[in-house]
Amino acid sequence: MKARLMDRAATVVLTLIAVLIIGTLVGLLGFILSQGWHKLNLDFLTSPPDIVNAGGGIGPQLFNSLYLLVLTMLIALPLGIGAGIYMAEYAPDNKITQFIRMSIEVLSSLPSIVVGLFGLLVFVNMTGWGYTLFGGALALTVFNLPLLVRVTEDALRNVPRSQKEASLALGITKWRTIVSVILPAALPGIITGAILASGRVFGEAAALLFTAGMSSPNLDFTDFSMNSTTSPLNPFRPAETLAVHIWKVNSEGLTPDARDVADGAAAVLIIAVLLFNLSARWFGNWVYKKMTSGSN
Amino acid sequence: MSVLTMQETIIQTNNVNVYYGEKHAVKNISMDIEKNSVTAFIGPSGCGKSTLLRSLNRMNDLVPSCRVEGSIIVDGIDINSSQVNIESLRQVVGMVFQRANPFFKSIYENIAFAPRFHGMTNKRDLDELVESSLRKAALWDEVKDRLRDSALSLSGGQQQRLCIARAIAMQPTILLLDEPASALDPISTMKIEELVMQLKDEYTIVIVTHNLHQAARISEKTAFFLMGELIEMDETGKIFTSPENEKTEAYISGRFG
Ligand SMILES: Nc1ncnc2c1ncn2[C@@H]1O[C@H](COP(=O)(O)OP(=O)(O)OP(=O)(O)O)[C@@H](O)[C@H]1O
Ligand SMILES: [Mg+2]
Repeated sequence: MKARLMDRAATVVLTLIAVLIIGTLVGLLGFILSQGWHKLNLDFLTSPPDIVNAGGGIGPQLFNSLYLLVLTMLIALPLGIGAGIYMAEYAPDNKITQFIRMSIEVLSSLPSIVVGLFGLLVFVNMTGWGYTLFGGALALTVFNLPLLVRVTEDALRNVPRSQKEASLALGITKWRTIVSVILPAALPGIITGAILASGRVFGEAAALLFTAGMSSPNLDFTDFSMNSTTSPLNPFRPAETLAVHIWKVNSEGLTPDARDVADGAAAVLIIAVLLFNLSARWFGNWVYKKMTSGSN
Repeated sequence: MSVLTMQETIIQTNNVNVYYGEKHAVKNISMDIEKNSVTAFIGPSGCGKSTLLRSLNRMNDLVPSCRVEGSIIVDGIDINSSQVNIESLRQVVGMVFQRANPFFKSIYENIAFAPRFHGMTNKRDLDELVESSLRKAALWDEVKDRLRDSALSLSGGQQQRLCIARAIAMQPTILLLDEPASALDPISTMKIEELVMQLKDEYTIVIVTHNLHQAARISEKTAFFLMGELIEMDETGKIFTSPENEKTEAYISGRFG
């Protein structure tokens, strides 16, 4: 009788907690979206911000965020997946490996502002580049590497051992076994992790304030020369991202519609991050289905 | 263990000991396995059958704590010597595991993957190899219209026959089977037994089984293990009718194990 009662009580309490969490989440999203909803139009999404007058947009910031995301992933994915493969398949079980694992843990718990200051020191000052997209991408790589390494390692470890045995027993080399048997089977997990990391990159502000900077040059979207200062593709130019823009407009915006702009930008940001998360699930599942049912 | 035959020995183990850390799993085993015959390993659970079997293609290398002592000669070569290329060894000594473990790939790719890796790149050669391997494994008729489907869509028995086909496609000399039918229904089991009987003309087969009737039906030689030791190895008929050792007698008459 007593056990029954405890069971009931626990169920009620846990349900309440779950409702609370979901309620908070829905409330938060609803609030941000309803505040920014009226701003969501093509003009706002594509035109550059205005420093003094109302009616500016977030075009360059949106572009910067996306471009930074691509740059970061180009650097972080090979490193993260490579390190994850090492940790799962090659690292011997010894003190050095434990030390590496501990370092990754520490790195993953660093506040992003600290990563930003580290970036300022190394990628901005020591290199003499100044505020650049590339410096921002490197800082975000530092920030996301632990997540990517861990996700890759876990995904590889979760592939049944029998898959590896099957391949090795056929005289396939270890490296080829990893690349052609284990990695494909682990891909859904790795993709999910990579997309979650993308969401973090997209929403990150603190690590970028002092690395990619708080300003964007007047971008000329007809110039794709990679090294001209107004080219959107030049990785060695400062680049204010959407998240940084929200922070800046909110704290020091001069335009009469600063609040509006921040709300609109926040809505765009939230939608993008939501899209990343949903697509992570969907894409991961899709790849898994493809891998286990389709031709390959 | 002294049977006069004209048979050629293909595997010879000399005083083989296998340890997992402190655990002494296989004790001082010396045996000869004949070419193109079926040899069955029997004995109670935990007596070291799989361990010995896995030493024959060095799958125990995967277990960090595992140590193999003594010599194992396959086709005249000491497989534990440092000159041996482990990938080539495993091409010669194929293995099928207790639980079917097809790759998370298509049926076709399950078979073509390893031969392609080992240098067979011509599409037509691969197609032919896939078909002939599936035919030998008595699976062709069941899967010929769905080669591009996932191997995981097959039934357990079909998956195990696919694993056998995959091993055969490498054209090994020796095939190690570790309880290949233990997770299967009687009909699938029968199919696999028939398969083993057919394959022995071309391959040397070593099969671990808990099913004594199965051992009696399909093998020429039977080796009985107990707590890591080889108690008796002889013609299968002799082991099952008039074993020399009383422990063997006790085991096959079901008095322990
Ligand atoms: N990876 C391992 N690490 C440590 N000990 C092991 C390992 N694999 C097997 N052993 C031990 O070695 C002994 C022999 O195991 P093995 O798997 O060879 O037995 P088996 O005869 O195949 O048994 P079964 O019929 O149940 O498959 C057992 O005592 C087992 O606990
Ligand atoms: Mg076993």
